[in-house]
Amino acid sequence: MIKVNLVIVGGGPAGLAAAKSAYDAGERDILILEREAELGGILNQCIHNGFGLHTFKEELTGPEYAARYVDEVTKRNITYKLNATVIDVSCDKTVTYVSAEDGLVQVQAKAIILSCGCRERPRGAINIAGMRGAGVFSAGTAQKLVNIDGYLPGKEVVILGSGDIGLIMARRMTFEGAHVSAVVELMPYSSGLNRNIVQCLNDFGIPLYFSHTVVDIKGRDRVEGVVIAQVDDKLQPIKETERLIACDTLLLSVGLLPENELAKNAEVQLSPTTGGAVVDENLMTNVDGVFECGNVLHVHDLVDFVSAESENAGKCAVDYINGAAPCRDKTVISCTNGVRYCVPTVLNRDETYAPQSFKMRVANVFKKVELAVFADGVKVFGRKRPVVAPGEMENIMLTAEQMKTLKQAKTVEITLIKGEQQ
Amino acid sequence: MKDVIIIGGGVIGCGIARELARYQANVLLLERGNDVSVGTSKANSGIVHGGYDAKPGTLKAKYNVMGNAMFDELSRELDFPFRRNGSIVLCFDESQIGGLDELLNRGITNGVKGMYIVKGSDEIKKLEPYVSDKAVAALVVPSGGIVSPYEMTVAYAENAAVNGVEFRFLSEVTSVINDGNGFTVTCADGYSERAKVVINAAGVYADVINNMVCGEKLRITARKGDYVLMDKTCGYLADHTMFQLPTKMGKGVLVTPTTHGNILVGPTATDVEDKDDVNTTAAELNDAFAKASLTVPTLARRNIITQFSGLRAHLDGDDFVVGESSVNGFYNVAGIESPGLSCAPAIAVDIAQSVAGKLALKQKLHFESKRKGIPQFSKLSNTEREKLIDQNPLYGKIVCRCEVVTEGEIVDSIRRPVGAKDLDGVKRRTRAGMGRCQAGFCTPRIMEIIARELGCDMADVTKRGGESQVVKGRTK
Amino acid sequence: MSREMICINCPMGCRLTVDDADKSNIKVAGNTCPRGVTYAVNEITAPKRMVTGSVKVVGGNIPMVSVKTREAIPKELIFDSLEILKKVTLTAPVHIGDVVVADVCGCGVDFIATKKVDSVSR
Repeated sequence: MIKVNLVIVGGGPAGLAAAKSAYDAGERDILILEREAELGGILNQCIHNGFGLHTFKEELTGPEYAARYVDEVTKRNITYKLNATVIDVSCDKTVTYVSAEDGLVQVQAKAIILSCGCRERPRGAINIAGMRGAGVFSAGTAQKLVNIDGYLPGKEVVILGSGDIGLIMARRMTFEGAHVSAVVELMPYSSGLNRNIVQCLNDFGIPLYFSHTVVDIKGRDRVEGVVIAQVDDKLQPIKETERLIACDTLLLSVGLLPENELAKNAEVQLSPTTGGAVVDENLMTNVDGVFECGNVLHVHDLVDFVSAESENAGKCAVDYINGAAPCRDKTVISCTNGVRYCVPTVLNRDETYAPQSFKMRVANVFKKVELAVFADGVKVFGRKRPVVAPGEMENIMLTAEQMKTLKQAKTVEITLIKGEQQ
Repeated sequence: MKDVIIIGGGVIGCGIARELARYQANVLLLERGNDVSVGTSKANSGIVHGGYDAKPGTLKAKYNVMGNAMFDELSRELDFPFRRNGSIVLCFDESQIGGLDELLNRGITNGVKGMYIVKGSDEIKKLEPYVSDKAVAALVVPSGGIVSPYEMTVAYAENAAVNGVEFRFLSEVTSVINDGNGFTVTCADGYSERAKVVINAAGVYADVINNMVCGEKLRITARKGDYVLMDKTCGYLADHTMFQLPTKMGKGVLVTPTTHGNILVGPTATDVEDKDDVNTTAAELNDAFAKASLTVPTLARRNIITQFSGLRAHLDGDDFVVGESSVNGFYNVAGIESPGLSCAPAIAVDIAQSVAGKLALKQKLHFESKRKGIPQFSKLSNTEREKLIDQNPLYGKIVCRCEVVTEGEIVDSIRRPVGAKDLDGVKRRTRAGMGRCQAGFCTPRIMEIIARELGCDMADVTKRGGESQVVKGRTK
Repeated sequence: MSREMICINCPMGCRLTVDDADKSNIKVAGNTCPRGVTYAVNEITAPKRMVTGSVKVVGGNIPMVSVKTREAIPKELIFDSLEILKKVTLTAPVHIGDVVVADVCGCGVDFIATKKVDSVSR
């Protein structure tokens, strides 16, 4: 068993940012464990632009954004292992990983940051009936095949789900010579960013069908077509609206799920809403010294926010290693009236008052609302928004003074004030 | 001229191949698909039935009880997943408890041992804590078991191959001609071979093959069953295989653990025209899930990881047809629907002995009866894992993260006799891609490994042979 | 004439209201930063897009390297520029910022590499 102060599971944007900030907070004994052959995580396959406007004040592609953080990590000589898959994390903070080079290694850590990202919801999880031939891909799998491996998953494409990866892949496939005949979205709104609808679909005349779904997949060996149908307000397909679209490929962009199998092993308490851990404002889970950040905690829209969150996790992990006593007295933030979740999930009732960001998602599209934070029933913060949507994460920043009010309150509520109530 | 041609690489064909491999004979197995276990054997309940269900005196009853008893030793010899978890038949209506007695008595007549009936919710919950409160009585069948049907088939095939049986794939038989001195078997690709004995183990197509040769025609209906597979996280919901006592409302569905710790729900039963129709339908899946919820009410749809359907070969006449037909040297093993998997070991031995007798085959001096499966990294202790990586660093490269399958296992599955040639073949042998992400992350990696091992381009890698290439060529 | 538009400059996706009745004096509202105005004006007069793609690379640790136009290029050149990428093969090593195709379609903008590729000896 080897001993390391801080083990970071995952060398994607979250893990890299956490490592950088942990180092800058004075920690030198850091180990990043990355399962792929290079650092950078999924950013490496996101070759489109749109990253970094917040962090670097310029627009970068995924690989460029990753490279910036890889440079930061290598500049600091932070140790990392590639092709090293963590197979277990225990609540006593033993991390077990395997790699061809090192064999099976157990590492006793003082603190662990879980930054291992999310996975895509597969076909099976959404119960699409039909044949089971080749040609059904999750959008991210298709993205890897096209951008990293240089292979075209198909030529006639239908995309189910209007998540960002689906939209990005609609354009990517079009660029690579495929024809995308439709993007089909179950909900009456998109879970992707508006800019992506404009520049990935509208630019190329790709139709986006809201309140539609795929009800059947045709083709024995290979997909030969999909049947789409409109859905009613209970999201049930309407038989009379069924129509066949000939295609050889169906891409699924129907949601991302934080990948928390390791957290479960470590007895980390998970939130049923986010699929990630329940964390306090220090990004610490219920297990002392185990932190989460990035898409393993909750799925982000913007890598910039992943980086910011993870830098915070890195710093807090170092505080913990240096002896900061975990606070046992916590206030659960209640999310009401259309606010689906908020990270952090709980607040420590301690006396450290620093500016704090709160990230949240709403459960539906709401127009003309005020996003408000209440402490013991008194409004501490409010921000009017012309429209909020589930696909766009809301990020608010509270001052140290506002945090003091929140931390001293018995109840903290984040809510939407709608219409005349405002 | 071969001594024996077996048509069909399912559990029956491969089982017979393995049992025939004990004898000094030239045996060839022809399979329509790209791999063994690609028809009924890959998509069924994976149940080793106790044997109480079949009508006394039928072949189903005889072979079921015989076959069931063979599984412990066979699974050890051939190293495939099998567990005698016991079956229970649940009754939800006081007025129908008599139905359980009937099954119990039928089982006793068939020679099933150790069965008993428990009454009352409390007693049933001692066996299965998550079962519905509405269950009023249950027949307990301790000899019931679960098996991984495709791994069993692969094990049979590998062992047959090691002992000299030849396998030919993508070989759809289009004609069997009997000239009195033997048979000429011709395949769709023009390949042709002669044999003294032909064994028809063609699953849902066994009627087609039989009708090429025999005067007595057979008619098989493909009966489709849809299944729902649940995540291992809800594996605790069932330990026994739980059946529902058939009622006027229908046969019900089963809820069972699999040998790998998932929960399997199904099957539905729909007769289909097309013998390749493995289309799942939303209605059937909903139906299967709703019925299963009667058994275990806390089954949650969010834990579904995939659905699939399989075809069962239902013969007019309801019983199997097993043995030499009226045509000298032409053997049928037809209509092998449930409990066919449970019967397979017994049928295989029976047919092999009969053929051996007919052709006066001598036993081989050196028959390798044992087969060792692929070392399963996920099931090993850390010490064993260390040792394995030390011997072969490819076992330190995890490819399928959900099921923790290493590159070592995948390479092994390809290089073995009757090895995997496509994604589905790798999946059935190693479980890579069978987990909760359903191959989202590992597909490109596995394609790369298959391409490297088979010396082809990634663009040629298929999901299951034929026209099922995963990608449509290079982008540039 | 007034029209609605979504700014694609950044993920905020501001909803712009654009009045282009007078082409020499286009009025933009709803933007949170000055880039929104530039975007709206460009979108009406001469729309431009960043183009990202990939090209083959030989002798490197990976088979494809990602590229982008250094800045947005005229929208009508998107597919012509992608055609050019199909014909390019780079040899490792490649560095971020290396010019892959100079002066794409004569528009004055280069395709540059967005990923480092190390050379490997086989």
